[in-house]
Amino acid sequence: MPLLVSPRFLARRRLVDRAMRAMMFAAAFVSVLVTMGIVYVLVSESVRFFAQVSMLDFLTDTQWTPVFQDKHFGIMTLVSGTLMTSGIALLVAVPAGTILAIYLSEFAPPALREIIKPFLELIAGVPTVAFGYFALLFLTPLFQTFIPGLAGFNLLVPGIVMGIMILPYIVSVSEDAMRAVPNTLREGAYALGYTRLQTGVKVVIPGALSGITAAYMLGMSRAVGETMVVAIAAGQQAKIALNPLEGAATITAYIVQISLGDVPHDSIAYLTIFAAGLTLFLMTLTFNVIAFVLRRKYREVY
Amino acid sequence: MTDISQLSEAEIIRSARRSEKRFALLGLSVLSLTMLVLLTLIIDFMVDGLGRIDYDFLTSFPSRRPNDAGILSAWVGSALVMIVTAALAVPLGVAAGLYLEEYAPKNLITNLIEINVTNLAGVPSIIYGLLALGLFIQMFGLGQTIFVAGLTLALLILPIIIVATREAVRSIPQEVREAAFALGADKWQTVGGYILPAARPGILTGAIVGMSRAIGETAPIITIGALTFIAFLPPSPVGPEFPFINFDWLGSPFTVMPIQMFNWVSRPQAGFHVNAAATGLILLAMTLLMNAGAIWLRYKLRRAMR
Repeated sequence: MPLLVSPRFLARRRLVDRAMRAMMFAAAFVSVLVTMGIVYVLVSESVRFFAQVSMLDFLTDTQWTPVFQDKHFGIMTLVSGTLMTSGIALLVAVPAGTILAIYLSEFAPPALREIIKPFLELIAGVPTVAFGYFALLFLTPLFQTFIPGLAGFNLLVPGIVMGIMILPYIVSVSEDAMRAVPNTLREGAYALGYTRLQTGVKVVIPGALSGITAAYMLGMSRAVGETMVVAIAAGQQAKIALNPLEGAATITAYIVQISLGDVPHDSIAYLTIFAAGLTLFLMTLTFNVIAFVLRRKYREVY
Repeated sequence: MTDISQLSEAEIIRSARRSEKRFALLGLSVLSLTMLVLLTLIIDFMVDGLGRIDYDFLTSFPSRRPNDAGILSAWVGSALVMIVTAALAVPLGVAAGLYLEEYAPKNLITNLIEINVTNLAGVPSIIYGLLALGLFIQMFGLGQTIFVAGLTLALLILPIIIVATREAVRSIPQEVREAAFALGADKWQTVGGYILPAARPGILTGAIVGMSRAIGETAPIITIGALTFIAFLPPSPVGPEFPFINFDWLGSPFTVMPIQMFNWVSRPQAGFHVNAAATGLILLAMTLLMNAGAIWLRYKLRRAMR
């Protein structure tokens, strides 16, 4: 049989194949470089920060005043604001998200589900700065009419708005987990006389518990890292946040506040945003890792 | 809880039905409440901002007087940043997605990349801003330019495009690959000639969702230090002389719509709030349309597959 393909063509083809393969690998590796870049920037600038401020002060001081004469660097002030708003967000999103997820996976007819899921995606697509405007100029004045003592900048309204923002993620991840529960378990429950609600609560939720918890963790991570809503509507005063009706700065709002000003590159104020950023990164990483492990677990079970 | 041993079977069934109905009602009311919030948000923006949008608003620079201010520099900046973002994120994300789905051997490095992509998707956007500030601006000295903003947003939406590409590629039947190999195609001929074209609609969906995320993103651009008062336009990308295209605009200072909006919200005067609402309404319309387009595309795609 005569050779139909010239060896030169084959050689060139092999070269192209290898080159494309190498390029694609390089593209995939970019994501690793990004992570390395993030860790490098945060850690190296934080090292410069901690050369001037002791770690103990950073973790135990109850004031945060890097741009004042009398400088204090107690990160717990910002952490408390962050945890307060995220906590409020979870108080809204966890019950609502769990109810919606059960409703979607156990009750809703497929046609309705096909409409609801894209609708939730639309919510996730709204720019966060728009939610910030909505929180500050619509919801806060509205809430002030029936919550006396609610300040113009407060933690309550941004927290609630963030809860609505993370709702789509919580619903989508926990519904995925619920749908991964095998139908045989549901049918077994029905055969024992369980209703759909009882099946949902006593069979599907326990079966999907690791995935549902993962959804809460992902929601928490998003809320902790959410920036614009709190930067606009929660105020910029760094203090230990105890009262949700008053305003307080979060980690993200503080970073925005400093970035807006003209801060010299070598000043301590410039370094604080990286120390605050590292704290934020470690917090979200913790929630993300827990979620990752939990999701892997439920994938293994079924 | 009622003690069911006291009840007759009919009563047990009736009470079970009742709680079923009650829960369905609860689910529906949570859903309607969520819908109501989104609707209120849209209507609020329309009431506050619709009247402010006119030709002058789109063709004026920002100003100290709210009534003279416009978003010309902001929308031009947004458009140029989006061009950079798309040009960087789509090729990179698609190549990375193809690699992970078609080429990657099962080994430690692949596992590392996969975990890494999952993790990056969960990193807050403001952290990407710090990356850009510390690395691109301070260390590489690239400046507060359109290019740096586009690059930062490209890295931010990379995971979205990678995941969308992987899902699109995964849904292509194995037979396509086998048929191509049987005809003598090698790996790249199969991937470039058959897999990639077949995955195109799915990739497009992911790209649209990613771009809509990037266009509304504010925090990382603030961290870069984009100026909020820009009363000039970047150099035009198309010129009258040969070679008709120039890239000077990549190095230009800029502002974008979300930044302009944030700036206006933060001011005390109500006149600027109206401007913010008008900008927000345009932004909202764009992101909602893009998302709706992506959803529609995915719906068409799923129908075509069946």
